[in-house]
Amino acid sequence: MSDIRKTDIHKTIEAVWKIESTRLIAGIARVTHDIGIAEELAQDALVAALERWPEEGIPETPAAWLMTAAKRRAIDYLRRGRMLEQKHGEIARELEFQQQRLGKEMDQALDQVIDDDVLRLIFTACHPVLAVEGRVALTLRLACGLTTAEIARSFLVPEKTLGQRIFRAKKTLSEAHVPFETPRGDELRKRVDAVLSVVYLIFNEGYTATFGDEWMREELCNDALRLGRILVELLPGESEVHGLQALMELQASRTAARRGPAGAAVLLSEQDRSSWNHAQIERGMAALRRAQQLGGGACSYALQAAIAACHARANTAADTDWERIVVLYDALLQISPSPVVALNRAVAVGMAQGPSAGLHALDALAAEPALANYHLLPSVRGDLLMKLGRYGEAREELQRALAMADNVREQDLLSKRLNQAMRMD
Amino acid sequence: MRFMMVVIPKGCESAAANARPDAEAVAKMMEFNKTLQKAGVLLGLDGLLPPSTGARVSYTDGEATVTDGPFVGASEAIGGYWIVQVRSREEAIEWAKRAPMSDNEIVEVRQIYERRDFPADVQKAAEGFEELPNAAAAKA
Repeated sequence: MSDIRKTDIHKTIEAVWKIESTRLIAGIARVTHDIGIAEELAQDALVAALERWPEEGIPETPAAWLMTAAKRRAIDYLRRGRMLEQKHGEIARELEFQQQRLGKEMDQALDQVIDDDVLRLIFTACHPVLAVEGRVALTLRLACGLTTAEIARSFLVPEKTLGQRIFRAKKTLSEAHVPFETPRGDELRKRVDAVLSVVYLIFNEGYTATFGDEWMREELCNDALRLGRILVELLPGESEVHGLQALMELQASRTAARRGPAGAAVLLSEQDRSSWNHAQIERGMAALRRAQQLGGGACSYALQAAIAACHARANTAADTDWERIVVLYDALLQISPSPVVALNRAVAVGMAQGPSAGLHALDALAAEPALANYHLLPSVRGDLLMKLGRYGEAREELQRALAMADNVREQDLLSKRLNQAMRMD
Repeated sequence: MRFMMVVIPKGCESAAANARPDAEAVAKMMEFNKTLQKAGVLLGLDGLLPPSTGARVSYTDGEATVTDGPFVGASEAIGGYWIVQVRSREEAIEWAKRAPMSDNEIVEVRQIYERRDFPADVQKAAEGFEELPNAAAAKA
């Protein structure tokens, strides 16, 4: 077989993996109760596919092929485990019984991977027992079908580091005996929050790189949006799930406008609104309405989405309903007080009631330790001072902001504004 | 990347104006639609009435001529489409393979232009495109 043909088949296998791996792993985990083992068995099945499909062709039902291969390996695994566990007694009969049971359960799992299995998989990957970076890596790996290399590239960490991160996460889950189940009652709410925060973290990692030259990592945003759509299907009654989806769609709708010709960052107020994606805005608005209908309008994501919706509805920055945005920020501060939210509120106050009122709102945050090294605090101050004609003070603030910013794009943006301030007086 | 998966059903080109898909076929299609939705890849979909209810407008020397369907000589016709957001061309093709189609039916997989696929001058000319209804994400 030619190399080109082999590459093609490998790409196809990759695509099959992206489509099937989540349900495959979820189905196996239903039987093994351990997502680490389930993932390894699924990986083994993938390796078998990579060996055999280039020679034999892609099977008609790749999912069934992979599940059968995984089943064979699961039985091997069980045999090894049993051998270690039971040194005496009726090993053979017991083993045969176990194999039959496992075979039957795997067949059932193969016949019908139920949505709950996928949901359990996501809940487990986002389990609070794990470090946040472990949750993110595991979710991308298990629920999005990304390879370790792909995840490592997205987060600018060496592949080896990422591999260890996933290994550790799986080990932690196994050692903590985290059950493969959907939480119930009060626990459910907390765990849904944990899942959503992982999804939003993935989105934000793609939407705003915190360092380096990569302003956009669109693929990560798309993965987060895809995960969000999956969750909307799995948890249709959870208003926050719709709220987060609304927020992500509305933010992502500005993707094209957030980059200037040379890749430089463009602020919301200066964005070409004609390149906002209106189909995506529509999807975001629809999701926000669903969140509100389900009674979740006052939840954190829905409130943030409602703020994004105010921007999306406005034809120009000046047309924006800033008064309403201030009200929404007030509501947001009530349920999740955060200095960054307060800072955003101050920006809105500056727009709604004028730069003096904005400065006044900012003054309350000056002593906030969490903002001590946050470039947006002096950056916002600088802007408000510029509007008030206090150019000398504005320059000082913008210089401070420039020293704090670690994203190249944001540094460019600040330099530009500093230059503007220099020309004043 | 967004792809349009265009359905070309058997006999669609000559289907009677009042021909409607039967419940069984629709149920099978719905199952597939649900699969796409649960996988988080589905952005949109639609089905079309037979071409016999449609018309073709053709142009010669700046003049438009209208021909009512069915269209003589057409050997195939579009019956509907899905729009999916996936990570690769191969993934779109894999989804198309899973569509509940019969023998001699076709699903054509075509990538949708994103603004950045155009050269700079064309991008400029296309300004405002995303504002149009249904022009979905300028995203890969």
